[in-house]
Amino acid sequence: MQYHTPGSFEDAVAIAASASGVTRFLAGGTDVLVQLRTDLVTPDDLIDIKHIDGVHDISREDGGWRIGAAVSGAEMSEHAELGADWPGVVEAMDLIGSTQVQGRATLAGNLCNGSPAADSVPAMIAAGAWVTVIGPDGERWIAVEDVPVGPGKTSLTKGEVEKSVHLPARGAGGGDAYLRFIPRTEMDIAVVGCGLSLTREGDVITAARVSLGAVAPTALLVADAAAALIGSALDDAALDALAAAAEAACNPITDKRGTIRFRTHVAGVLAKRAAKIAYDRAGGAK
Amino acid sequence: MAYDDVKTGEFKVVGTRPNRPDGIDKVTGRAKFGADATAPGMLHAAILRSPHAHARIVKIDTSKAEALKGVKAVVTRADFATGLTGENWNILENVMAGDTALYDGHAVAAVAATSALIARDAMKLIKVDYEVLPHVTDVDKAMAADAPILREGAADKSVPAGLHPNVVRYHESGHGDVAAGFAAADLVIEDSFRTEATHQGYIEPHACLAQMGGDGKGEIWCCTQGHFNVQKVCAALVGTETSQLRVTASEIGGGFGGKTAVFIEPVALALARKANRPVKLVMNRADVFRASGPTSSTSMDIKIGMTKDGKITAAQGVFRLQGGAFPGAPMEFTAMCAFAPYALENVHQVGYDVMSNRPKQAAYRAPGSPMAAFAVESVIDELCNELGLDPIDVRLKNASKQGTKASFGPTWDRIGLVETLEAAKAHPHYAAPLKKGQGRGISCGFWFNHGGETAVSLALSEDGTVAISVGTPDIGGSRASMGQMAAEELGIPYENIRTTIADTATLGYNEISHGSRVTYASGLATIKAARDAKKKLCARAAAKWGIDADAVSWVDGCAVPSGPNAGDFDPMPLEKITKSMGRTGGPIVGHYEATPEGAGVSFATHIVDAEVDPETGSTKVVRYTVVQDAGKAIHPTYVEGQFQGGAAQGIGWALNEEYIYGEDGRLQNAGFLDYRIPVASDLPMIDTVIVEVPNPGHPYGVRGVGETSICPPLAAIANAVSAAAGVRLHELPMSPPRILAALDAQADG
Amino acid sequence: MSQIHVTTTVNGDEVEFLCDPRETLLDVLRDRLDLTGAKEGCGTGDCGACSVTVDGRLVCSCLMLGAEAEGKEIATVEGMATDEKLHPLQEKFIEYAALQCGICTPGILVATQNLLEKNPDPTETEVRYWLAGNLCRCTGYDKIIRAVMDTAADLRGAS
Repeated sequence: MQYHTPGSFEDAVAIAASASGVTRFLAGGTDVLVQLRTDLVTPDDLIDIKHIDGVHDISREDGGWRIGAAVSGAEMSEHAELGADWPGVVEAMDLIGSTQVQGRATLAGNLCNGSPAADSVPAMIAAGAWVTVIGPDGERWIAVEDVPVGPGKTSLTKGEVEKSVHLPARGAGGGDAYLRFIPRTEMDIAVVGCGLSLTREGDVITAARVSLGAVAPTALLVADAAAALIGSALDDAALDALAAAAEAACNPITDKRGTIRFRTHVAGVLAKRAAKIAYDRAGGAK
Repeated sequence: MAYDDVKTGEFKVVGTRPNRPDGIDKVTGRAKFGADATAPGMLHAAILRSPHAHARIVKIDTSKAEALKGVKAVVTRADFATGLTGENWNILENVMAGDTALYDGHAVAAVAATSALIARDAMKLIKVDYEVLPHVTDVDKAMAADAPILREGAADKSVPAGLHPNVVRYHESGHGDVAAGFAAADLVIEDSFRTEATHQGYIEPHACLAQMGGDGKGEIWCCTQGHFNVQKVCAALVGTETSQLRVTASEIGGGFGGKTAVFIEPVALALARKANRPVKLVMNRADVFRASGPTSSTSMDIKIGMTKDGKITAAQGVFRLQGGAFPGAPMEFTAMCAFAPYALENVHQVGYDVMSNRPKQAAYRAPGSPMAAFAVESVIDELCNELGLDPIDVRLKNASKQGTKASFGPTWDRIGLVETLEAAKAHPHYAAPLKKGQGRGISCGFWFNHGGETAVSLALSEDGTVAISVGTPDIGGSRASMGQMAAEELGIPYENIRTTIADTATLGYNEISHGSRVTYASGLATIKAARDAKKKLCARAAAKWGIDADAVSWVDGCAVPSGPNAGDFDPMPLEKITKSMGRTGGPIVGHYEATPEGAGVSFATHIVDAEVDPETGSTKVVRYTVVQDAGKAIHPTYVEGQFQGGAAQGIGWALNEEYIYGEDGRLQNAGFLDYRIPVASDLPMIDTVIVEVPNPGHPYGVRGVGETSICPPLAAIANAVSAAAGVRLHELPMSPPRILAALDAQADG
Repeated sequence: MSQIHVTTTVNGDEVEFLCDPRETLLDVLRDRLDLTGAKEGCGTGDCGACSVTVDGRLVCSCLMLGAEAEGKEIATVEGMATDEKLHPLQEKFIEYAALQCGICTPGILVATQNLLEKNPDPTETEVRYWLAGNLCRCTGYDKIIRAVMDTAADLRGAS
């Protein structure tokens, strides 16, 4: 295995372009090193992006946020303003693994690893986040919901790497939340994940995005679930419609972490609970 | 020993809470565990394991591995002893497959190379041709007529005719007339239960460093619960004599029974012999799950009859356990422990030991007993609920006591079950109010405990300090309690004593640290060795004083003239005698070797409050109290630690831990990510109450405590979940999908 | 496969080593620097027995390459005591029997020292969740949590 530490994304892309064999980019390493250790993936070229300018920065951008590809979950949790704007995104990232994993894991890595159960992805989708990627053909941006295409697979083409994650401006009256179900209290892969972001004017919800994780080959953006909320004041009827829409969107499997029936039912339960939290936050609660 | 010989009061050191002698090493990182030793020229090993649950090994081609730069030796079964029989054959067959891979993870070859990475790369170059065979992993399916046969002729004489060849041992015990007993009951409940295999979950994987020369002399450093056993087994498996091997036990990072068995040391030794260099072999975590010794999985049928005022009239249990691809599932323990807390006129239990395509089971804290308690204590709870009776009162009404006949035969000596029930009943936890969605569960539990071959040596230094050599690896704080018992006997400060786990060259044979035997048996031996030393010390004083040795007593660390010579001389402190011992007759060493027979059983009663989220089936343990009989707690803090640790493991077993096999017979969750042991945020504080009903078989009344603590939690939590959620689960673990499914079924039905 | 030359700081001392690109920081600490305090319990970031800090950040050393240590400041359990004086956490752990077999202890000590540096007054829940990535199989965590809470109180009282 060759280990590279390019000083720029251009150099990183060039190394990847000229590599033959298996190439992996390395940010936090909390997925790559596990795959290396368990002989799932042994890269021929491992390209460490952490020596590139800007990858460790969290900065304001057009009222929203730009988060560099190597920003760790711990750093995100320590950023008070980011957490005030997008608590759902931050808490989703914060749920990944242990304190130790938080010290290294990144949003970019969580997205690019392509797990259907990745915790940060439904929260990013609900927030309307997008990523900037750079490759041999230059830079482009992709909506987060368009990145995962299947278990372990993303829409990034060969040699493309994520530069940064972008969050839009929160705007007045907005709130988001992320909840997941796991059998223990920590350290499990999500059996179901739900990210939800909404805007309210007074008591009425005027916009919403609802995303589910671990219930399909990729994280889902569930338009019907959002529609169930918009125009309501989050009364019981709206919540029930939300849960029904969430359940209907599920296409899960039965595996060592959960059954189809269980995942589907819990998706509805979490959607309701996440909606209440997001609604309260949109109304000014912390 | 008789009850009157047991010292029960006025202890000066026993019962206090000094610091453990291994504490500083462990908090600074200085303590050396199995993987922490190195030797010059050391090679690193890796083991190649079968990816099939059952397959004939047609051919192994090691040529490419041997050709890889850095590889110094490759071994297969051909490099081990032939002609072994009985358990030695079973162990060898498990350590390195012969013609058949018997489970996913079964070792088929091993490599030693100059680095761990090269060893892993070389392992992938070994080419094995397999002919895949049908497999079976479920215990009931393995007994069915159409089950694939693991091995013909493995059944022993106990097995009744007509059973599948996979059924290899049989147990039956009991007394009275259960049919008549059931007929006399007002309510009979019959229920079936299943538990999946679990793993001890020690955080330290098996690891060893081995050397062996062409002369058959070898050294092993390993983490183990029994280094004398490692010595014996390795000698047999590699074909050398026992005393030619010297085994040193490292600090052990958890065992709980799983490190009583031998898995990798013979492989390291065979590689070391072939390469003529030291070999370090460490199991990776996935291999620990796949190929060390998990528990059996079980399938159990329980039938209990009770009168409406709570008297049990009859009890019956059938226990089917699979122990992997070899005989040894502890079904007789399951059968014998099941009804042990109850004094019954009519009781009958049957056990089956079944082979399946899984790793060879090993002990896990009271092997067989937790599963039995899960089933029986759940049915008792169901009876109490239906009859509207208090669960502790019913258990008190039927409790085993001194003089009653145990369900498995003998008459009980002094036991502490009733005391634990009464203490639980009086505990504030039992009366505490419950919130909505919460339920409370009770369970009793039992373990026999064990004596076992033990040898201890206690050597005095000329400065009056003491070196104790024991042969039982310290898995629970026993170095502290040995020191306390010796300090108590000798009347010297605890700090003046250093207890070491001696290697196999230094002491007579010591049985494995298992069966909760160490504080009992090594403790008894330490006390006897100290008394032996005191006799010798007194004799030296007597000679100095010119009086009869019988006229010298030992008091507060000094030889004191007594009887007819009382007051004739000033007391002679220990250090004065040892200072001149070289001139007065030579070194003074006390020692004791025996197989003590008086291990005292330990009973427990646990109280658990659980909260179930009815929308998700998620269960939280909100309060936990352990009440257990320790006989005499030498070091109460370490006894509490055993109580808490066993309870925590039981909580994991009850709620989340299980082996998950796929249709292909492969283990799907061979890691801590999906084999879910409790994490710190999962558990509440665990309260403990130490009951002390002295064991007449130990000079201070000690009973082993390490194992019983895992027996009650499974049922206590099942009973709490049942009370909280209104559904009874018969299968472990009670994971959220299972609880939700049970709630759904109840709503539908 | 050629080796990588790394210069880094461990427990305040500058160190240099060569390592294979695939070696983790844990491998390097244990096999090349003789710092065997950090343990491999799983190799996949699930148990925390390999915990160290890197530039003050708590991480699993099995989830970092040795090569990634270049230019960093690594702190392991061996650096906790100063000469012969134990850190208050270490003393409390012994006193409270917050360890039995001791294999998880180095990781838990590193993790809790890091916690108390960031949050000198944690609640029981905060301590438990901070330590969720440090598996202990012996103690049931009870005495560990008590030792951490009481040490935190002692340190607050002393300052």
